[in-house]
Amino acid sequence: MIINDDKLPDLPPPPSTVGVIGWLRTNLFSSWLNSLLTVIVGYLLVINLVPLIDWAFLTSDWIGETREDCTSGGACWVFISVRLDQFIYGFYPEELYWRINTMYVIGVILITALIIESTPKKPLIAAFTLIIFPIIAFYLLYGGAFGLEVVETHKWGGLTLTLVLACVGIVASLPFGVLLALGRRSEMPIVRSLCTAFIEVWRGVPLISVLFMASVMLPLFVSGETHMDKLVRALIGITMFQSAYMAEVIRGGLQAIPKGQYEAAMALGLNYWKSMGLIILPQALKLMIPGIVNTFIALFKDTSLVLIIGLFDLLAIVQAALSDPKWLGYSVEGYVFVAFVFWVFCFGMSRYSQGLEKKLHTGHGAR
Amino acid sequence: MSTETMGVSDEVKIELKDVNKWYGEFHVLKDINLTVKKGERIVICGPSGSGKSTMIRCLNRLEEHQAGQILVSNTELTNDLKNIETIRREVGMVFQHFNLFPHLTVLENCCLAPIWVRKTPRKEAEATAMKYLERVKIPDQAFKYPGQLSGGQQQRVAIARSLCMNPEVMLFDEPTSALDPEMIKEVLDVMIELAQEGMTMLCVTHEMGFAKTVANRVIFMDGGQIIEENDPHEFFDNPQSERTKLFLSQILAH
Repeated sequence: MIINDDKLPDLPPPPSTVGVIGWLRTNLFSSWLNSLLTVIVGYLLVINLVPLIDWAFLTSDWIGETREDCTSGGACWVFISVRLDQFIYGFYPEELYWRINTMYVIGVILITALIIESTPKKPLIAAFTLIIFPIIAFYLLYGGAFGLEVVETHKWGGLTLTLVLACVGIVASLPFGVLLALGRRSEMPIVRSLCTAFIEVWRGVPLISVLFMASVMLPLFVSGETHMDKLVRALIGITMFQSAYMAEVIRGGLQAIPKGQYEAAMALGLNYWKSMGLIILPQALKLMIPGIVNTFIALFKDTSLVLIIGLFDLLAIVQAALSDPKWLGYSVEGYVFVAFVFWVFCFGMSRYSQGLEKKLHTGHGAR
Repeated sequence: MSTETMGVSDEVKIELKDVNKWYGEFHVLKDINLTVKKGERIVICGPSGSGKSTMIRCLNRLEEHQAGQILVSNTELTNDLKNIETIRREVGMVFQHFNLFPHLTVLENCCLAPIWVRKTPRKEAEATAMKYLERVKIPDQAFKYPGQLSGGQQQRVAIARSLCMNPEVMLFDEPTSALDPEMIKEVLDVMIELAQEGMTMLCVTHEMGFAKTVANRVIFMDGGQIIEENDPHEFFDNPQSERTKLFLSQILAH
């Protein structure tokens, strides 16, 4: 028999398990194999990163007008800074840049307001962002009303076009995806088979061929009178394609919700749409945030495929600039710039989704 | 007035006539006939797979019956969605696994159906919800999420959530089977209180103490049939059928 009434004092942990040394020990040098790998990886990092930093920052040129200003042998960022307007605005008339800028300013203000936690009246701002802002953005970009001059879509390009494609694709594919996912799980056979067929057809076709069909084949079927803008056709293609993917992601979330949740909602007298909208979808969408954002990021990067149907998105316009005889030989700078811009947006989305997951976590298992 | 007749009126609340149900080839409910009057408390017991849960789940159409008639408050359950929704508003249900909505707070769980189904103004719904949360003795947990509560507390919230719809009938599907022993009592106490206030209750449970305290009738089911139906004293002291005797000896043995 053991009786021990004395309370033992709390002692600090051994010094080799905490602090910098403890961290190094557990993460980098926990066994001889790990120590070896740490040394090898460290060596590879040093021999690759040092020249890269040297090229991109230390010996690079930032200020100037022509290639003659690039003298230090490193990256020639002058190429980017000289062409920056074109990379952002495409072939948009220079005197109308203020319209795009206004749109960007409104957009940034709205998105910042939505991200900051303490903003009052968030639902109102969200509704404004999703419903009113696209209308404002359309008239700012395209014009044709309020005395704004029309700017045809073939003049749109660069980052602006990329963002238009991505935002429209993201905002439109989510609701379509939700409807398709619900339809595929419906008990009505016709709805179910239509949704299943739609998803399987679009998911089984490469996006490039979708875009080709949208730009080349669709006009052949539609009579000559009804002219549909090439950008609109690309947007429809991208939205349909991505909503099929989205539907499958969301269906995964729906399947993870226990049957008891459906039953409890029904037993309380909620009808189908109310129980989906209030009980099932909020839980399923929250569960699927990583998958949904994954699809968004894929969509964002896939927008660069529109270059094959002659739309000049960011990548295409940089590529076009590279063939300018005045700037031959600076393709590395161009592609690094494009990659960096894409990365900033995608990383932003990824961080936001992680924040959202944390915020929505209410400390429970799914039951 | 004895416990059995306390608060029971002649108004028929639930009526099952020759109800049959199959899961594929499996005949799960066989010729079920049962009449429940307003204010009656009925305990249903039986071995697992006997069809007792299926029967009470048919009463609010969580399961569909294939033959016979089910009437709840004189409305027949058919494929008519309107009827089903009317009945579900009048019939509250408490599940074995609570089935609270984990993304909503306790108070939101309770207010959701009154606001969206009954169109009660939010303020009023919240006041009612707090009243029922006080009755189940957890008003202090109103702003927590279900995941932060113990099993017994969750089940009491589930009862409060059903009561917020002001139901005429309450169905309990093994409400204490998923609880740790020390939490069973707090849930049973709430149910006993509810029974004493005259709520019409159908309760699938193996809590024989509960059955003896509040039930007007105990129903024993086996193999999809009602084997025996009697008042609790007769049922426990003087069971008639062999299967009931065997069942009782098994559950009372330990």
